[in-house]
Amino acid sequence: MKLVTAIIRPEKLNAVLEALFKADVRGLTISRCHGHGGEIVAVTNYRGTTAKMELHEKIRLEIGVSEPFVDIAVQAVMAAARTGEVGDGKIFVVPVERVYRIRTGELDTEAVTPPMTAGSI
Amino acid sequence: MVGADIAWIIVASGLVLLMTPALAFFYGGLVRSKNALNTMMMSFAAFAVVGVVWVCVAYSLAFAPGNAWIGGLDHLFLKGVDLEAKGTIPHLLFMAYQGTFAIITAALISGAVVERMRFGPYLAFIALWTALVYAPVAHWVWGGGWLQTDGALDFAGGTVVHVNAAAAALVAALVIGPRADYGRQAPLPHSVPFVLLGTGLLWFGWLGFNGGSALSASPIAALAAVNTIIAPCATALVWLGLDYGRTGKFTAVGLATGIVVGLVAITPAAGFISPMNALLLGGLAAIPSYVGIIIRSRSRLDDSLDVTPAHGVGGIVGALLTGVFAAKEWGGVDGLVGGNPGQVGTQAVGVAAALAYSAVASFLLLKFIGLFGALRPTARSEAVGLDLGEHGEEGYTTGDGAILVLQAKETTR
Repeated sequence: MKLVTAIIRPEKLNAVLEALFKADVRGLTISRCHGHGGEIVAVTNYRGTTAKMELHEKIRLEIGVSEPFVDIAVQAVMAAARTGEVGDGKIFVVPVERVYRIRTGELDTEAVTPPMTAGSI
Repeated sequence: MVGADIAWIIVASGLVLLMTPALAFFYGGLVRSKNALNTMMMSFAAFAVVGVVWVCVAYSLAFAPGNAWIGGLDHLFLKGVDLEAKGTIPHLLFMAYQGTFAIITAALISGAVVERMRFGPYLAFIALWTALVYAPVAHWVWGGGWLQTDGALDFAGGTVVHVNAAAAALVAALVIGPRADYGRQAPLPHSVPFVLLGTGLLWFGWLGFNGGSALSASPIAALAAVNTIIAPCATALVWLGLDYGRTGKFTAVGLATGIVVGLVAITPAAGFISPMNALLLGGLAAIPSYVGIIIRSRSRLDDSLDVTPAHGVGGIVGALLTGVFAAKEWGGVDGLVGGNPGQVGTQAVGVAAALAYSAVASFLLLKFIGLFGALRPTARSEAVGLDLGEHGEEGYTTGDGAILVLQAKETTR
């Protein structure tokens, strides 16, 4: 199993979710986060105060997948989240020692979405 | 007494009363979320402190018969303030209507010292300030004092309320000093929608502030109310233009500030000038305050919510333009455009006197209160936020991880 962590633009979240669901990748966690990836800073003005926003809002997706789904998930995110501008985000793929499903106690491949089923690839 | 007058002033009192919660939202939205409650409390607590001081002492010092400088003690604890007529309304109602002015004026000062003043000393300051600064200045202009005798025009309190509060605010910001992170971190407003909500409620309440200052349900009340609607529109329009010219964007905080500046500027003039001149006055008033805010925010002066440029500069401009545009046929005396340039001088004297007295007296009051305890919270309390540090509450909390403590003592921090 691998844990795919993707940092994406908030405005791309819907497109990414759609792409993942279309690719049959289910079971993911998202969180709002802030990051800085070298993109041009946004400037805000409040009365006389001008502020450069060095941190940008991002969405972090964490997706646990079985081996055959790693590339599928990565390609889905990559295609849906890309704009070509600086600040599109990152995808990290890291190995996972063990995964449990809390409801059933299932372990590893059984516990991540989706388990290999006929017709899913 | 006149029934219509009584009815209108009761309503107007309610409208002015609403301006203090409105100010709480206006100021509260402009600060960081860790200080939201503290900032809003600074306005709301003016009810508790100034309301009581007004009824017991300050009303008498402002409006009881006295000398040119201060009222007497005849109305201490509302002695002699009853249902007998004062003008065409009950004396008691007049007292309450004026009390709502005292409350909002004290609350205005808080904008200069938000995010870094301990609450106890703040309460002490606005209590003493109401009795020793607001009441005498109100007496000068409205209570039969020397400015009234001189013929200074201040329809609804441009000098008494706005210049007076702004001078105190400027001094308080200097005495207390800037926020610890001022000049390094950009302190952004935590809720611009709150700012817009507060602005709308302030405008609504201001119809009672200016319209009610006619103290009757009269054509002049109508003029004042109409001018109060017209002038801020022009200020807001000019402000939008200035904002767009400077930043390329039409900012919401800018629009809200423009409306408030327009309201401040029309306050002394509301019942004395023609509606078209009100439009002109509103538009003109935008420029000095706008420039003032730009200069202020690039200075070392941490007048955090720009009380000085908005209420001070706006109030001064309004008072002087009142001397320019005042017209006999619109309820005032003729000003500069009516061939009486001396009126501008009279207005300037009023403004200068209020500025000087309020600044000096506020300085002495703050130094005096400082003898009994620190005006500023600890560095840690300021960093964590005064919602927790001063009130033991938070404006915004998820409640996650909140474990019920049965013995209240344990919660003390």
